[in-house]
Amino acid sequence: MTKLDSKIPEGPVAEKWTKHKFNLKLVNPANKRKYDIIVVGTGLAGASAAATLAELGYNVKAFCFQDSPRRAHSIAAQGGINAAKNYQNDGDSIFRLFYDTVKGGDYRAREGNVYRLAEVSVNIIDQCVAQGVPFAREYGGLLDNRSFGGAQVSRTFYARGQTGQQLLLGAYSALSRQIGLGKVKMYSRTEMLDLVMIDGAAKGIVTRDLVTGEIASHAGHAVLLCTGGYGNVFYLSTNAQGSNVTAAWRAHKKGAFFANPCFTQIHPTCIPVSGDHQSKLTLMSESLRNDGRVWVPKKVGDKRNPSEIPEDERDYFLERKYPSFGNLVPRDVASRNAKEQCDANKGVGSSGLAVYLDFADAIKRLGENSVRAKYGNLFDMYAQITGENPYKSPMRIYPAVHYTMGGLWVDYNLMTTIPGLYALGEANFSDHGANRLGASALMQGLADGYFVIPYTVGDYLAGLGTKPVDKNHPAFKEAEDKVKALTKKFLSIKGTKSVTHYHRELGRIMWDYCGMARNAEGLTKAKGLIKDLKEDFWKNVKVLGEGEELNQSLEKAGRVADFIELGALMVEDALNRNESCGGHFREEYQTEENEAKRDDENYAYVAAWEFKGEDKAEELHKENLKFETVKLTQRSYK
Amino acid sequence: MNLTVKVWRQKNSKSEGKMVSYNVKDVSPDMSFLEMFDVLNEDLISKGDEPIAFDHDCREGICGMCSMYINGRAHGPKTGITTCQLHMRSFKDGDTIVVEPWRASAFPVVKDLVVDRGAFDRIINAGGFVSVNTGGVPDANAIPISKIDADAAFDAATCIGCGACVASCKNASASLFVAAKITQLALLPQGQVERAARVEKMVAQMEAEGFGACTNTGACSVECPKEISQDTIATMNREYYAAKASSKNV
Ligand SMILES: Cc1cc2nc3c(=O)[nH]c(=O)nc-3n(C[C@H](O)[C@H](O)[C@H](O)COP(=O)(O)OP(=O)(O)OC[C@H]3O[C@@H](n4cnc5c(N)ncnc54)[C@H](O)[C@@H]3O)c2cc1C
Ligand code: SF4
Ligand code: FES
Repeated sequence: MTKLDSKIPEGPVAEKWTKHKFNLKLVNPANKRKYDIIVVGTGLAGASAAATLAELGYNVKAFCFQDSPRRAHSIAAQGGINAAKNYQNDGDSIFRLFYDTVKGGDYRAREGNVYRLAEVSVNIIDQCVAQGVPFAREYGGLLDNRSFGGAQVSRTFYARGQTGQQLLLGAYSALSRQIGLGKVKMYSRTEMLDLVMIDGAAKGIVTRDLVTGEIASHAGHAVLLCTGGYGNVFYLSTNAQGSNVTAAWRAHKKGAFFANPCFTQIHPTCIPVSGDHQSKLTLMSESLRNDGRVWVPKKVGDKRNPSEIPEDERDYFLERKYPSFGNLVPRDVASRNAKEQCDANKGVGSSGLAVYLDFADAIKRLGENSVRAKYGNLFDMYAQITGENPYKSPMRIYPAVHYTMGGLWVDYNLMTTIPGLYALGEANFSDHGANRLGASALMQGLADGYFVIPYTVGDYLAGLGTKPVDKNHPAFKEAEDKVKALTKKFLSIKGTKSVTHYHRELGRIMWDYCGMARNAEGLTKAKGLIKDLKEDFWKNVKVLGEGEELNQSLEKAGRVADFIELGALMVEDALNRNESCGGHFREEYQTEENEAKRDDENYAYVAAWEFKGEDKAEELHKENLKFETVKLTQRSYK
Repeated sequence: MNLTVKVWRQKNSKSEGKMVSYNVKDVSPDMSFLEMFDVLNEDLISKGDEPIAFDHDCREGICGMCSMYINGRAHGPKTGITTCQLHMRSFKDGDTIVVEPWRASAFPVVKDLVVDRGAFDRIINAGGFVSVNTGGVPDANAIPISKIDADAAFDAATCIGCGACVASCKNASASLFVAAKITQLALLPQGQVERAARVEKMVAQMEAEGFGACTNTGACSVECPKEISQDTIATMNREYYAAKASSKNV
């Protein structure tokens, strides 16, 4: 068994990053232009990395599958970004953000990584403001903050309900500047379909031009995967339609370990499913829980209109069970409690799969205009989708798949188990443990791209020498041929069922057996179901059209094929982890009060899976987590 | 409800396109417009016909990818929303719906309803940014910004780069898109240093891309899903003439 070396520096947690930065090798400024770096993805992680590396002098090639780098899924983030600025003077500090994040992640994240994240969080806000990101401000002209779940301080910076958009446009503008200067070559509508390896190290990628269908390869001294999360394995999620695991999965099959795949976040406040036609779920930002109160009728099966249910017949279950955090408990706790109420037949709406999120008190207290100023676009979005007015009657919400804490295993330098291959942002597993706190993904994406990778990648490159990568190496042609063969295969099956059919089926299996609550029996069943689905897919999938043209069914076929394999690994991982922690709730392991029951003795490790060949069982590697600063306790938000 | 949908089909940028009529059955009013297209596409696939290519990603009105010209209006009959936010409850049983791609020579059709909006990126590349490198910037609270300016900058910054303004304009002008970015950065202290150079470079690129001139008809702002104000165009013009007058720049 290979030993996973996390490369966390020795010494006190607060000094690790400073010390590490000093010890990293540097590439001298004149040599930087001799290195080519490939950045796949232009979300917060990718755009910030590509821009910063180009500013430093490296040659960057950046890729995204949308028609413009500005459309990466980060654009959809609503609520905000955390930073330990303590502008509110309410007791925040780097240490507190670190502590909250480790605790919120239910003690399944690395202390060293999380501390660094909290440390650089303060620089992120400075950087964004300098780029012209219009964060919300107070009348005195200084920056405003709000609170998010799992914290008792106000440390979340925001731009109305469009924080992700504004941050991404900031990073996109920095990227655009480098494209204009010729330091970044941008490839939009181009999808990475394989990794090229030479002598065990990452040296390039194979891509498909989504307009012409041309398969080509690109060489680089290092490859950065900033390709986002894999929530769409559930078919229905809050992710964008194109979000996928393909880049990460194909790298996994080339040797990059996949860590904690079963750690998924189910977000408590999403608009409930309305019918079979549903193609995606829409999030209602967590920031709403600052002012919205979650409740269900006390009586089972109470179908009265919410306005007819008197105060004393309502159960504000989060406030009742968790008086000190109330509606602002972490996401996993809020989601599970909503499910619990619905399972007890107290759910509302026609499906019974919803709880109320009520703003009546906030509107009474602050006035409708103040509520509109804070959340206007979210309320509009709700009204648009449901046809109901949330200023007049409470919103109906239900949990939905939102974020994936799992991802490619990386060390402290963000390098995967493949030398020269890095993973940044949601694509890696590193900072959120078993549950991510709200407003921390934006922070992590930008931390990785602006402030971590620019230091750590140099250390690797400095050791390589400046020789260009040999584009004539047979590895490039081999990888290209493999991709071409796969395209041909999809088009030649000519089966009877559409790609979407398989995606939807997979989603159903994952949601039913590997969703908000899991148990050994269900997971074992899911294993069989996924195996059958995979077999059926490769026999009966129907992909029309040609390879040498824009072909959206073909794009999707590749993504769904990878999701099916990933789904199998997620189930395996969930089955292996005989404990409950954060978003991973195994019904067999719960406290008397139905809270997640961890098993620190046996499971305080990162599960990193190694691909061993098609249809072979993956091998589990364990990275034991050391807690030197934070004491492991049962999480309590009471 | 049952609908007739007439859609622009075009194999690629080189071939001719034409309108093709389809029947879509059992459409639920809760479906989004794009979900109605999903149903239509699944039906086409089952019959062995190639599905209709269209751009979309977030499906919640923020990525700017979706771009359908519906019954003669960019993003359909309602104002202030994108195609993906349009729901079928805005239509009724028996309706005929005509769907075309954005039409503008600077946005060539790639396939069916998909167009190439690369020109927008190139305009931003030309100057739609503040030239700061990562690191070494002042503390975020070092420069207070009045809430009024910050809010106005935010309003302009909400542009999603969808191109509906261009598609709605009889001149196919990109003025609203460009003006939104110019206004955002002109309002903020961080944007001041490059203020004059920015407007000149962006306007020059806009013209080079072949977008038409603005004649102040205002259709852009009416159809803009983010309701970017037409005032931004006045701001852009002011900024442009001031820059030219100061003649310090290109
Ligand atoms: C609706 C919603 C709201 C959210 N709100 C918040 C919030 O308020 N606060 C917060 O902190 N977090 C929030 N999150 C989470 C956060 O937005 C994401 O985790 C984060 O933005 C991911 O950024 P990223 O850069 O890692 O990936 P993404 O932004 O997903 O970017 C992925 C990039 O990779 C590219 N790509 C992927 N695969 C390929 C391939 N094979 N070839 C080429 N390119 C590829 C894509 O084109 C894209 O450019 C939210 C998430 C959702 C879904
Ligand atoms: S100005 Fe409005 S219509 Fe034009 S690109 Fe921006 S959001 Fe779209
Ligand atoms: S699909 Fe993103 S705005 Fe419509």
